[in-house]
Amino acid sequence: MDVLYTKEHEWIRIEGSAGVVGITGYAVGQLGDITFVELPSVGKVVKQFDVLCSIESVKAASDIYAPLGGTVVAVNQSLDSRPEIINESAEEKGWLVKIEISDPSGTGRLMERQEYDEYVKGLE
Amino acid sequence: MKDLKLTPLLPEHKALGAGMAPFGGWLMPIQYSGILAESGWCRKSATLFDTCHMGEFHFRGDLVASGFERLFSCRVDSIPVGRGRYGFLLNDAGGIMDDLVIFRLSPEELMIVVNAGTAEKDFQTIRAGLKGDAVFTDVTSETGKLDIQGPLSRDVLESVCEISIARTPYFGFEKISIFGAEAIVSRTGYTGELGYEFYVENDALHELWRRFLADGRVKPAGLGARDVLRLEMGYCLYGSDLDESVTPLEAGLGQFVDFEKDFVGREALVRQKREGLSRTRVAFLADSRRTPRRDYGIYHGDGLVGHVTSGVFSPTFSCGIGMGYVQPGAASPGTSLVIRHENVTINAVVTEMPLYKAGSLRK
Repeated sequence: MDVLYTKEHEWIRIEGSAGVVGITGYAVGQLGDITFVELPSVGKVVKQFDVLCSIESVKAASDIYAPLGGTVVAVNQSLDSRPEIINESAEEKGWLVKIEISDPSGTGRLMERQEYDEYVKGLE
Repeated sequence: MKDLKLTPLLPEHKALGAGMAPFGGWLMPIQYSGILAESGWCRKSATLFDTCHMGEFHFRGDLVASGFERLFSCRVDSIPVGRGRYGFLLNDAGGIMDDLVIFRLSPEELMIVVNAGTAEKDFQTIRAGLKGDAVFTDVTSETGKLDIQGPLSRDVLESVCEISIARTPYFGFEKISIFGAEAIVSRTGYTGELGYEFYVENDALHELWRRFLADGRVKPAGLGARDVLRLEMGYCLYGSDLDESVTPLEAGLGQFVDFEKDFVGREALVRQKREGLSRTRVAFLADSRRTPRRDYGIYHGDGLVGHVTSGVFSPTFSCGIGMGYVQPGAASPGTSLVIRHENVTINAVVTEMPLYKAGSLRK
């Protein structure tokens, strides 16, 4: 399974022509308890690195950017009432949205796990 | 920027993996396990807070002859020995220089507990206002402070310290000996729960911290949880909800001003009382999980009526809560407000303080 990362700490798991998007464990560590997620509507069209949705935590309100361009085809509705799922499982159960990828060439601007881990290490 | 002051308990916080951040000129623990879990634990059991950043001053002398009485909004000479009282240090315009608690240690001896960020200026202001042979000293650096707060805090305190404190009333205090050191334990706090604050020599501080945490009923909590808990009660945070541009009347804290006595700022407050207030502090509950944050605009009807001064997500109410200053027409409980910032819109309702009424504070 192919998972790629952005410098803004989003991840995207490529599943065929679609991608599941979330934020990384590192991002969650920085934000603390997640208290609110404003999910986009299904059908929303985004370009790569456009604002996809926003997340609020005990520390800040943050925009989440689309790792790849595409159309939102599903959102993780369980986050409406239980945004803490992101704290419990940022890179699996705490996924945010699924997008149908319109431009797979954008993957060239994303990082593999090892590269992302080194990038995070450089931030600490 | 000046160097941050370090709490003597820093090694303890590091060992616990706390997230640290600057607050009031000090590097302080903001969270351990998580802000929401820590505030929840305080509401149901007991949490321990490091509050060594708070400032403590000692005064010894004649309250009236020294000019001490005149420096504070509240009456000082009627505080019984063994009790404390909340009040303000005001400027000539009636603006709040600090909110503080004065404890009467003996007829001629007081301890004044002030906010960290204002401590230095407070000390200069008070010292400059004193005359004669009164002794006034800043004892912050040799005074450690710990707060134990929560419905089980009394049981925990009595077992850890092997004392009986059940008879100490709200805002009363005891002088005790603990682990070879002298300490003052006051029944006060900032959470809305039953709780006690320890003022203790730094030597005994570590031992006290560890003994409390060795009790399974107690968990450490940081300043993040403290902020949630105090906002659920509608308590002000100096620097956010109170500052020198705000008077106690605008803040809705007129009960801590004694107009029967003379004090710095009195004339300005009398004038403001006569002329009426142009803004007043309110608390509100949001209708969603969104957090109203500082400086967000508050709207009512067609117009901007004020700004948010603090807000958090409240785990008790599962929604955003906050406080701010609004025009008097939008201040009555039940008034609908719209809070806006960039693309964020939050509907909220003015709600009577304290928002959280089920606390163990006076049990």
